[in-house]
Amino acid sequence: MSAPVFQGYRRPDERVGVRNHVLVVPTVICASVVAERVAAAVAPVATALPHTAGCGQLGPDMHTTHDTLAAYCRHPNVGAVLVIALGCEQVVAQYLADAARQAGKPAQVVAIQAEGGTVRATARATEIARSMAADLERVPRERCDVSSLILSVKCGGSDYTSGLASNPALGRVADRLVDLGGSAVLGEIAEIMGAEHLLAARAPNAETAGRLLRVINRVESEAMALGLDIRGTQPSPGNIRGGLTTIEEKSLGATHKGGERTPLADVVPYAGRITQKGLTVMDTPGLDVESVTGMVGGGAQVVVFTTGLGTPTGNPIAPVIKITGNARTAGSMADNIDLDVSGVLDNRETLAAAADRLFDEVIAVCSGRATAAERLGFREFAIHRRNPTI
Amino acid sequence: MNPVIVISTGDNVATALETLEPGLVLAGSPGSVTVRERIPRGHKIALAVIPAGGAVIKYGSSIGTATSEIAPGTHVHTHNLSSARGRGDLATRADLPQDGRIAEPSDDVRPV
Repeated sequence: MSAPVFQGYRRPDERVGVRNHVLVVPTVICASVVAERVAAAVAPVATALPHTAGCGQLGPDMHTTHDTLAAYCRHPNVGAVLVIALGCEQVVAQYLADAARQAGKPAQVVAIQAEGGTVRATARATEIARSMAADLERVPRERCDVSSLILSVKCGGSDYTSGLASNPALGRVADRLVDLGGSAVLGEIAEIMGAEHLLAARAPNAETAGRLLRVINRVESEAMALGLDIRGTQPSPGNIRGGLTTIEEKSLGATHKGGERTPLADVVPYAGRITQKGLTVMDTPGLDVESVTGMVGGGAQVVVFTTGLGTPTGNPIAPVIKITGNARTAGSMADNIDLDVSGVLDNRETLAAAADRLFDEVIAVCSGRATAAERLGFREFAIHRRNPTI
Repeated sequence: MNPVIVISTGDNVATALETLEPGLVLAGSPGSVTVRERIPRGHKIALAVIPAGGAVIKYGSSIGTATSEIAPGTHVHTHNLSSARGRGDLATRADLPQDGRIAEPSDDVRPV
């Protein structure tokens, strides 16, 4: 079989995008509404990153906010960046614009206080975004090799079908993409707890395995230090109704989506750049939107999200493909589901055939086919924080 | 369609692919199991006697510990299966520091 290709966007820094957005980035929560209004006026090319951070944050959280926003400014699915600043916040607008420029993208800053209020700032920023969008719309897609892809694997609203159908199908796609020279990223550390021995056994050396185990141990220690049973949070009430009893059971089903044999190549911090071929584990929480936000920040251009119960989650810059192994969910939440693999459970389809359909869907989406989340405008974005706001 | 799926050899539970009613006989190896109580779709049924304190095995790995003896053909869920992980409710301050998990450095993958 020849290596499949897709139609993407080659960037000056040699990364490859699957979308070509004008990214409207507020530095701080206070600039978020202006950023959303500007992006809405120039949708769908323009897309905003509304968030609740950017001020009142202490050291490590401030770094995470800066690093995550900068990672989106550099991201290959972004063609141009417009930063909306207030003027008195902690996040440095120029740092974000410079991150975009260093990746070869045009970038500008509009500051609300300097512009003389939100009405003027919105008008000026909308004009700039419109001009950036016109330039981006002239850029054609080009043939790109799938080895340039980083696939984020994610599950949410899991039930018993996740570990039996959708996660194993996604795991086969991750293995195949890595065979073709690409990469995959798996987050949600709490949902590796109980299955870490299987991933550690796929590490090339004790050092990489040790880094995985230390991150798992830190997350478990944080839960232990609260003196609580994590059950009720992990698995969630919906997971338990669906038949999942313990975090170990949920994790053993969940880690299937990272492939069955792909080597564990690296362990990176939240939104940290993914540089290795193979499987990277990222230190993210299990909360869907924070997790997807981090993995896309790390460089994933496309997300495959398996769900048993159904969920709308999308992302501002990366297409999120929803698949389910639950036939009822495929019918009852059809608007939100891209691919139904429930045939795996009642022998209407083999796992291999379901994985082939999913791989083809990933290639089509990377070439421009809109996902359900994109069509419906689901663009959730949330930066993980660990410490109190001061 | 098979009413249950056993994921790995060595598992002592199966997953119901449809709701199982009492009296249904599940043929399989090493022996058949008669369903003793209603098992909702997606939930687990014991295939063998699992002693109190014994490991419940699914996907070929332990998914936790039986909190009471579990008879073949009965429902395995939160009422008789308990996680061994993240159980801060069972930890005491005295035993936390002796747990190697707590003593591990936590900041080696943070960029700060």
